[in-house]
Amino acid sequence: MIQIEKVNFFYGIQKALNNINLSVPQHSVMAFIGPSGCGKSTLLRLINRMNDLIDGTKMEGLITVDGMNIYDKKIDIETLRKNVGMVFQKPNPFPKTIFENVAYGLRVSGMSNATELKDRVENALIQAALWKEVEPVLHKNATNLSGGQQQRLCIARCLAVNPKIILMDEPASALDPISTSKIEELILELKLNHTIVIVTHNMQQALRVSDYTSFFYLGELIECNTTSEIFNNPKQDKTRNYVTGKFG
Amino acid sequence: MDAKRKQQVVFTAIKTMSFLVVAILVIILGFIFINGIQVISWDFLTKMPEDGMLKGGIFPAIVGTVCLIFGSMLFAFPIGVLSGIYMNEYLKEGPIKQFIRLMTDNLAGIPSIVFGLFGMAFFVNKLGFGDSILAGSLTLAILAIPVIIRTTEEALRSVDKTYREASYALGATKLHTIKKVILPIAFPNILTGFILSVGRVSGETAPILFTVAAYFLPKLPQSIMEQVMALPYHLYVMATSGTDIEKARPLAYGTALVLIFIVLICNLAANIIRNRYTKTKK
Repeated sequence: MIQIEKVNFFYGIQKALNNINLSVPQHSVMAFIGPSGCGKSTLLRLINRMNDLIDGTKMEGLITVDGMNIYDKKIDIETLRKNVGMVFQKPNPFPKTIFENVAYGLRVSGMSNATELKDRVENALIQAALWKEVEPVLHKNATNLSGGQQQRLCIARCLAVNPKIILMDEPASALDPISTSKIEELILELKLNHTIVIVTHNMQQALRVSDYTSFFYLGELIECNTTSEIFNNPKQDKTRNYVTGKFG
Repeated sequence: MDAKRKQQVVFTAIKTMSFLVVAILVIILGFIFINGIQVISWDFLTKMPEDGMLKGGIFPAIVGTVCLIFGSMLFAFPIGVLSGIYMNEYLKEGPIKQFIRLMTDNLAGIPSIVFGLFGMAFFVNKLGFGDSILAGSLTLAILAIPVIIRTTEEALRSVDKTYREASYALGATKLHTIKKVILPIAFPNILTGFILSVGRVSGETAPILFTVAAYFLPKLPQSIMEQVMALPYHLYVMATSGTDIEKARPLAYGTALVLIFIVLICNLAANIIRNRYTKTKK
């Protein structure tokens, strides 16, 4: 479970998130929606401390994952990121073989036993519904795959290290409709064993895959509720205007 | 004059200038090739100079230049690449980084004769290496280091940041990310910089003038503390201060051709590596 309390975030002096309070229940899908620049990706990247990589940023407030304060000084960031995996907007497999891509996180964790690696890689690829397609080309370069396959490979790469939570930053926005629907099917399967937070520009997608939806606007969380409530019965005018396509 | 006409004139001017540049290069290369190819033979490449350097070959100069390339890169490559990694991956943007960059840029702009004098004062005299392959290699290394730092930095910077993020997101440390993801991707570009500086180092005369180059030494070096002949200096000697400059002229052209050939091979190799890399990336 992810708990976000009174979170403020700054890029330099610019405030990007203002007093965000939110929780994501275990084994559910939470969608972050809102117009560009509303802070949804920023918040997502706070959950695995990806924003630490950017100079001059400041975070206030509390974020806990399974009750553990992830911004505690004593926390091991590498362990956190193994628990909280991430899939990016642009498919970004390493220019290595398909096998080595999936094995990367495992090797990072120090796994070197060949049979164990092989099993885990196969398993991850099966979970990502990619195994059948890539089995014959496992040791070919991953950059030869199509965009949709690359993105499922990135999901497999993320799954291989057994994360509890998966963060997805517009995972299908660079993909064609067929690849997109494959990713969406995958999300629905993954939520049986994982907690998923997905940032999306596509409101139909939020409707199809998520249990809960949060609507952000100008760094504020305007409304957070079950997805059907947000789309059918929004409490805020801004939310209604956005989900009905009047602005955004 | 209407816009279309103006465009035509400007375009023609630009085209002429470009052709002029190519023409100059072709003329120089052609001139050296025609004059030099006459003396190129197996003997010329593998024999010692004879008869007051008017006959025989340039073998010791070729060996000397190869020693200097190898020696200088032994120092310059690791120092340059590690500094480049530090500059791009570890040092944050700020006054210190700006200062270091200013210094390396200035270092790259210093006339090579100054490096030669420094090499003589510091490596040859102060550290007591004497005129030797060691002193010459170190002097050439200082010349090459800024270039290698800069190309390494550029190579690392051009690695898409999504690869870094992907690696960090899988729980990798910074060092692991650099070693296993960033360096392999940047390597072809780093190698390109390396090869280009080999080309540069092999042709430099001034830095070796006071630190290693021998006027006439018809034997191969036995240790790194010995002097050697080197192609650029040999060329200089034959063109200006040989026993009979007119008679040595063809040999000088031959030497120039060998030198240019080494530099061209280096540049060609750099190009091939870069092209192959960009092709496989797409």
